[in-house]
Amino acid sequence: MSGLLASIVDGILVGSVYGMAAMGLTLIWGVMDVINLSHGALIVGGMFALYLIAAALGLSAYAILPSAVVIGFGAGVVLYWLAVHRMIGRAPLMSLLSTFAANLVLIGIGTALWGTVLFNVPVSLPGLRLGGYTFPGTHLMAAALTGFVAVVLYLFMQHTRPGKAIRAVAGNRVAAELVGIPTRRVLASAFGLGAALACVSGALIATMFPFTVLSGDAYQLKSFVVTVLGGLGNPAGALLGGVALGLLEGLVTPFMPVSWTSVIEFVLFIIVLVAFPRGLFNFVFRRS
Amino acid sequence: MAALDILRRPFFWVIVTATAAFAIVPVTTGDVELREGLVLAAIYIVLASNLNLMIGYAGYVNFGSIVFFGLGGYIGVYLISSLHWHPLAASVAAGVVVSALAMLLGLGILRLRGPYFALATIGVNEAVQAFVSNFTPWGGASGIYISIDSFRSLGGPGPALWVIYFILVAIMGVSLLLAYGIKISKFGLGLLAIGQNEDAAAVLGVPTPLYKAAIYGISAFLPAMAGCFYFFKSAFIQPVDAFDLGLSVEAIVMIMLGGQGTVSGVALGAFFYEELRGWLLTSESFAHFQLVVSGALLLLIVTFAPSGLMGWIHRRWPATRRLLE
Repeated sequence: MSGLLASIVDGILVGSVYGMAAMGLTLIWGVMDVINLSHGALIVGGMFALYLIAAALGLSAYAILPSAVVIGFGAGVVLYWLAVHRMIGRAPLMSLLSTFAANLVLIGIGTALWGTVLFNVPVSLPGLRLGGYTFPGTHLMAAALTGFVAVVLYLFMQHTRPGKAIRAVAGNRVAAELVGIPTRRVLASAFGLGAALACVSGALIATMFPFTVLSGDAYQLKSFVVTVLGGLGNPAGALLGGVALGLLEGLVTPFMPVSWTSVIEFVLFIIVLVAFPRGLFNFVFRRS
Repeated sequence: MAALDILRRPFFWVIVTATAAFAIVPVTTGDVELREGLVLAAIYIVLASNLNLMIGYAGYVNFGSIVFFGLGGYIGVYLISSLHWHPLAASVAAGVVVSALAMLLGLGILRLRGPYFALATIGVNEAVQAFVSNFTPWGGASGIYISIDSFRSLGGPGPALWVIYFILVAIMGVSLLLAYGIKISKFGLGLLAIGQNEDAAAVLGVPTPLYKAAIYGISAFLPAMAGCFYFFKSAFIQPVDAFDLGLSVEAIVMIMLGGQGTVSGVALGAFFYEELRGWLLTSESFAHFQLVVSGALLLLIVTFAPSGLMGWIHRRWPATRRLLE
C-alpha cells in the first residue's frame, strides 16, 4: 500500500512538470486559437539548451534555467512571425499545418545534428527519504520550481501591464485594438511566453529523465491530454490536469507494464474530448 | 440511366487512362524498379485520395488517417499468416472491419469540430498504436512476419509481387473513381455543403451526422485494403511502421500540394510528393533533410498557395476545369 502511495506522490511531482508544459500550450491556444504542433520541438529545444549550456559552461543545471526561458521566448517570437502570424483568423487547419511544418523542420534539423542518440544531463541532488522510500531530489526540485513558475505566471498575468494586455487580446482582439493595444506584438509575445514555458519544462524534464531528439513527440501528446483535461486557455486547469495525469500514471504503473499507460492516456484523452469538451475541470468546478 | 452519365464526363476517361497507364507501362518495359516506384505512388494516391474525402469535401481534418492503413494491414496480415485466408478475401475483410470500426468511432468523435476533431484523430491513432504494441496475439511491439508459403496462393513470391501490383493499381483506380463519383453526386453535394458551413447545411436539410459518419467509414475502406496488400508485400508489419503519424501528415501535405477538394490535384500532389521524397531519401546531400524539406514545402504551400497546384492551374487555364476535376 505504501508503495502505491509513494508511486502516486512521485507521479504528482512529475505530473506538475507535464502541467507546466501544458500551460504553454494552453496559453497559446487560449490567446490566439492556435494549436501549436511545434510544442514538442520547443520542449526538446529546452532539453538540448540545458544539455549544451551545461556542457559548455559547466554550471549547475538549475542555474541555467533562466537562459532556457530567454531562449524559449526568442524562439517563440521567431516561430510566431514565420509560421503563425499569417494564419491568425484563417481556417484552423492552416495554423495546424504551419506549426506542424515548423515542427518537421526543427526536428529534421535536430536529427541531422544529433541523430537519435540518448542524451543525459547529470544532476546530483540528494533525495528525500520517507518511510523507506526515496523521492528523487530532481523530482522534488522540478515540482517546486514548477510551483514557483506558476505563481510568477499568475502574478504576471493579473498584475502587470503586458499580462493584462495578453488577457485583453485573448478576450476580444478587436476591442483590444480599439483601446490601443498593439495586438500583433502582444500575440507574438504571448506565443513567446508559451514557448518559454515549453522550453523550461523541457529543461526540467531533462534534469529528471534521459532524452533524444524525438522525445518531444511523447511529451507533446501528454501536453494535449493535459490541456484537454484542464480546459483550453486555462493555465490553472493545465497545472491541475498535469498533476492529475501524473497521479494517474503513478496509480497505474505498479499494476501493469509501463507500455499500457499510453493506451490508457489516449483512451482517456478521447473520452474527455468527446464527453467534456470544455475540459474536465471546467465541468467539475462549473465555471462559465 | 443517370448512373452512366459519368461515362460522358471527360475526367472519367482521364482516370481510366491514367490507371491503365500505371498497369501497362511496367509490364511492357519489364522494369521492376519502375514498378516498385509506381506501387508506392499508387499507395500514396490511395491514401491521399481517400483522405481528401474527409478534408477536401467534408472539411474535417483527419490527422490520424494512417490508422486505417495500419489497422487494415494488421487485420489482413493476421488473417493471411495465422488463419491462412486468401489475400483478396483477407483484404476485403480488413476493409469491412476497419470501415465498420471507423463508422462506430465516427459517431463519437464526429461531434467535435475543427481542431478538436483533428486532435481526437491523433489520439485514436496513438491509442491504437499503443494497444497493438501491447497486443501479443499480433506480435506486440515486434510485429508479425509472413512466411514465404503465404505467397503460394498468388503463384509464389515473384509472380505474387506483380499480382499485388495490379491489385494495388486497381485499388488506386477505384479510389479515384470513387472520389469523382462522390463529387458529382447528391451525397457529394451534401458533403461539400457541410464543408462550407455545417450548420447552414443542417438547416437546409442535409442529414449531417449520417453523411459525416458515412464518409468517415467510406474513407477508411480502400486505405485498409491497400494496407493489407502493402504489408503483405513487405512480408512484415510492426506498430511503428503501421501507425506512422508522419505518413498521415505527409498525406495532408500531398492534398495541400495538389489542391484540396480536387480529384486530379490530390493524385498529382501524391505522385509528385512521392517522387520528391524518393529523390530526397536517396540523394547524398538531402538524406537527413527529407523532413526539413517536407516541412519547408508545407509551410510555403500553406502560407502562399493554399489552393495548391490545381488551384493555380484552374485559375490560369479555366478550360481545364472540366477536364481535370
